[in-house]
Amino acid sequence: MENVEIQTPQPTIPVTQIPEPVSINHTATIDRDQRDTIGEIRVVEPRMRCTDVSVYYSGEQAINNVSLDIGNNEVIALIGPSGCGKSTFLRCLNRMNDTIANCRVNGEIMMDGYDINAKHIDVVPLRAQVGMVFQKPNPFPKSIWENIAFGPSIHGLVQSKSELDDIVESSLKKAGLWNEVKDRLDQPGTSLSGGQQQRLCIARTIAVGPEVILMDEPCSALDPIATARIEDLIDELREQFAICIVTHSMQQAARVSQRIAYFHLGDLIEVGDTQAVFTKPRHQLTEDYITGRFG
Amino acid sequence: MHRSLEGHTAHRYDGELNSLHLQMLEMGGLVMDQVNLALQSLHDRSATLAQNVVEREHEVDQLERKMDNDLVAVIAKRAPVARDLRVIIAISKATTDLERIGDEAARIANLALAIYDSDTALPGKNLMRDVGIMGQQVTAMLHESLESFDTLDAKRAAMLICKDNELEIEFQSSLRRLATYLLEDARNVGHAIHTVLMIRSIERIGDHARNLAEYIVYIIQGKDIRHNHAAYCETDAGADEK
Repeated sequence: MENVEIQTPQPTIPVTQIPEPVSINHTATIDRDQRDTIGEIRVVEPRMRCTDVSVYYSGEQAINNVSLDIGNNEVIALIGPSGCGKSTFLRCLNRMNDTIANCRVNGEIMMDGYDINAKHIDVVPLRAQVGMVFQKPNPFPKSIWENIAFGPSIHGLVQSKSELDDIVESSLKKAGLWNEVKDRLDQPGTSLSGGQQQRLCIARTIAVGPEVILMDEPCSALDPIATARIEDLIDELREQFAICIVTHSMQQAARVSQRIAYFHLGDLIEVGDTQAVFTKPRHQLTEDYITGRFG
Repeated sequence: MHRSLEGHTAHRYDGELNSLHLQMLEMGGLVMDQVNLALQSLHDRSATLAQNVVEREHEVDQLERKMDNDLVAVIAKRAPVARDLRVIIAISKATTDLERIGDEAARIANLALAIYDSDTALPGKNLMRDVGIMGQQVTAMLHESLESFDTLDAKRAAMLICKDNELEIEFQSSLRRLATYLLEDARNVGHAIHTVLMIRSIERIGDHARNLAEYIVYIIQGKDIRHNHAAYCETDAGADEK
C-alpha cells in the first residue's frame, strides 16, 4: 500500500476572508457620563408613584428629579455609594425629611390617589401607612407587649384589650418572633438580642397595618444568622406589603429584592430587574459600583 | 493584565481575576500544543510524538483541577457579579472545553499509535488527505479563539462564530469521500475507521473552539448565543464593546 504524505498543520495560519458581521443593535453598556435614568421606572398598579422628586438641604440639591414606582408585593432595593441620596429618597416616602431643618422636597409622591407632600396630609397616619425600620433596632424602653401595642392604641385601631392581644400575637407571628417571646411578653424589649430587637421593630411596624415598609439598612448591625432571619422575613412580608430597602450589601440586595434602583450623586442612574442588574447592568456606573470598582 | 478585569477597589481581586485568565490561556497553550503534536505525529508518522501527547494528557487534567479550585476560591471570597461573574462562568466553561480538546488530541494520538506503532500497512494517501486539511483548519480556529480570549475581543470572536463553518463542511465532504473509497475497495476498512475517528475528533475540537468564542461574546456583551448563532450574527455580532 502506498505511504502517505499528509499536509502539515500550520497553527499560526490567519483566518482569512471572514466577512465583517453586520452591526444593527447596539447593546453596549451605557457610558458613565449619561445621567438619565436607564430602565423601567414604572410598574403596573404601583403602591407609590414618585415623579420628579428633588430634595434640597439648605439649598444644596441632594436628589435630582428622581421618578420611580414602588410596586405592590415587591421588594425594591435602593443601592449606591455613600452620599448618593438613597436614604434621603427613602425618607421622602413617609416624609421623614420633614424632621430635618432646611430640608425641602419638590416633586410628586402619589399614594392611594393623593400626594403625600400635600399640605393637608397628616404625617402621623401617613407614617403608620408607610412604616419604617431603621439601621439600629430601636425598641421602646417598655415591655415586648407594649412595644407592639403602643402603635395600634394611639392610632385608635382597637376597641378592647383582647383585640390588642390579637394584634400583638399576629404581628409577632408575622415577624417570626412569637415562638421566641410568647412566654415573656412582659419583659423589656431591650432585653432581646439584636436580631430579635430588629424583628420586634418590624412587628411594631406591622402592628399598625402599613401598606409600605421602608427599611434603612435593617441588617447592618446584625450578625449573619440574625441577618438571614430578617432576610427570610422580608421575603415573607413581601406577600402582604410593598417593601423598599436601602442596603450597602450587594449580596443582600441580590438575595431579597426583585427590583434594583441604583443611585449616584443624587441621580437615579439605573432601575431594573435584580437578576438582570446583577448579571448584566446596562449602565457603566452601575457595573463599576456593584463589581466593587468604586464606592 | 487585561483592562476589563481591573479597576476593583480591592486590588487583589484584579490579581485573582487576571490570574484565572492567565491560567486559562496557559491551559489553552498546552492544549494547542497537544493538538499540534498529535497532528504532527500523523504528518511525521511518528509513534514517539504520539506517545508524548498521550503521556502529557495528565498535565491538562491537572490544570483543569487547579483552575476549578481557584475558581471556587474566587467565587467564595468575592461573590462576583455582573462582568466579573460572567468572566468566572466563562472561564469555568472554557476550562471544560479545553480539557475536552485535550482529550480529543490524545484520542488522535492514540489512533496515530494504532497506525504507526504496528506492523500493519500504512494507510493510503487518499484516506489521510482530509485529516491534514481539517487539521490545518482546526488549528487556525483554535488559535483564533485563544487569541480572542487573550484580548477579550468580542468582535474577533463574533467573526469566528459567524463565518461559514468550513470545518463542518469539510467533515461532511470527507465522510462522503471515505464512503466512496470503501465502496471501491473494502480492504480499506480498517484505516478508514481510523480516519473517520480522527476527523470526528478534529471536528469536535472545532466545536470546542467555537464554544470558546461564544464565551467571549458572553463576557463582553452579556449574550448567551449558544445554539442561536443565526439570530446573533444577523443582528448583534458587530455591536460595540466596552
